[in-house]
Amino acid sequence: MTKSTNNGAKITASVYTSHVPAIGVAIDMNKKGEAYWQPLFQGYEYSQQWLKDNKPDVIFLVYNDHATAFSLDLIPTFAIGTAAEYKPADEGYGARPVPVVKGHPDLASHIAQSVIQDDFDLTIVNKMDVDHGLTVPLSLMCGQVEEWPCPVIPFAVNVVQYPVPSGNRCFMLGQAIRRAIESYDQPLKVQIWGTGGMSHQLQGPRAGLINREWDNQFLDRLIDDPKGLSQVPHIDYVREAGSEGIELVMWLIARGAMSDVNGGPKPHLAHRFYHVPASNTAVGHLILENK
Amino acid sequence: MALVKPYLDVPGTTIFDADQSRRGYHLNQFCMSLMKAENRTRFKADERAYLDEWAMTEDQKQAVLARDLNKCISLGGNIYFLAKIGATDGKSFQQMAGSMTGMTEEEYRDMMLKGGRSIEGNRYVGEKK
Repeated sequence: MTKSTNNGAKITASVYTSHVPAIGVAIDMNKKGEAYWQPLFQGYEYSQQWLKDNKPDVIFLVYNDHATAFSLDLIPTFAIGTAAEYKPADEGYGARPVPVVKGHPDLASHIAQSVIQDDFDLTIVNKMDVDHGLTVPLSLMCGQVEEWPCPVIPFAVNVVQYPVPSGNRCFMLGQAIRRAIESYDQPLKVQIWGTGGMSHQLQGPRAGLINREWDNQFLDRLIDDPKGLSQVPHIDYVREAGSEGIELVMWLIARGAMSDVNGGPKPHLAHRFYHVPASNTAVGHLILENK
Repeated sequence: MALVKPYLDVPGTTIFDADQSRRGYHLNQFCMSLMKAENRTRFKADERAYLDEWAMTEDQKQAVLARDLNKCISLGGNIYFLAKIGATDGKSFQQMAGSMTGMTEEEYRDMMLKGGRSIEGNRYVGEKK
């Protein structure tokens, strides 16, 4: 558990996971037991128990919108949800049959105010639907539930139109988010989740690209050398992990919010999992606990 | 000044940058409209008439009618937007992605089950396979 020097909010852990839409379909259609999906869901059995044992008060969930809430009319690089609730979106197949996501407007507004004053220009969103980028990680970690275990603050990152924010910018933003959360005066346990990736390409003749070696090096470095990893340029993600693999920069936001980046102890690696394939994508998953 | 594009030598890959986004604005916004059930119904009832409501080029409309996703992408489409057409057709993301590779649905699915397309030979245009 987090040792606290004040009575305010604390980041207790970070969770990293891919958010492949087909995983949502497999859950919603009760296909989890099929041979194709079994190995994937086994990798999250530990995580579901872990989340029950380490229930946060709030989840700060970093994800990307896939042309759902944001069309080409408006493309915010970083957008924070400050609404009371968010409906699961109809992405073209009908909305997923999952609970409405309850927000935490007070903490979200506090974070927005703090992070903007810390020189990161966030877009504030008071109304949006949330797509598989946000709801699939919740389903993977919580299973099929009547309601999500706690309020969620959605934090959407543009990874659709190039250029997406750099790994370095994301890593620094994570640090600003930690400062914001830890200056909140309520004693909340907050988890920060980074989602998307791992290697995948959904378009063109190179679709189906998977780079197992690169993915596992990314996981190694995310755990042990996040600052060095944050210096990797966009082109390396595109070339090595596929055009959609660039979603992985979002993991650096969550990693930047961990205590060791601010001089604290190294986080405890509670769980690590990697699996190919889920549809077109390599699935990676980590749980890091702040000591 | 033109945009700097360090990604043009990545094979079989179109990066959705500002130039592509401008080229594909109406195409992508048409796709976006398919997130509403009533629009999906109207599109399916008369695709051509529905497309004619949008300020798309004739090439873009033909590419949509042919479900030629590579062509749609070359004309400014982005896969996350184009996926709404696939959703309207009841196609999975794997079927859509596979359709751009020249492989059959089965071949593509098998490739993914065997660990996906190898990075070896796929980093640079003109690289030896």
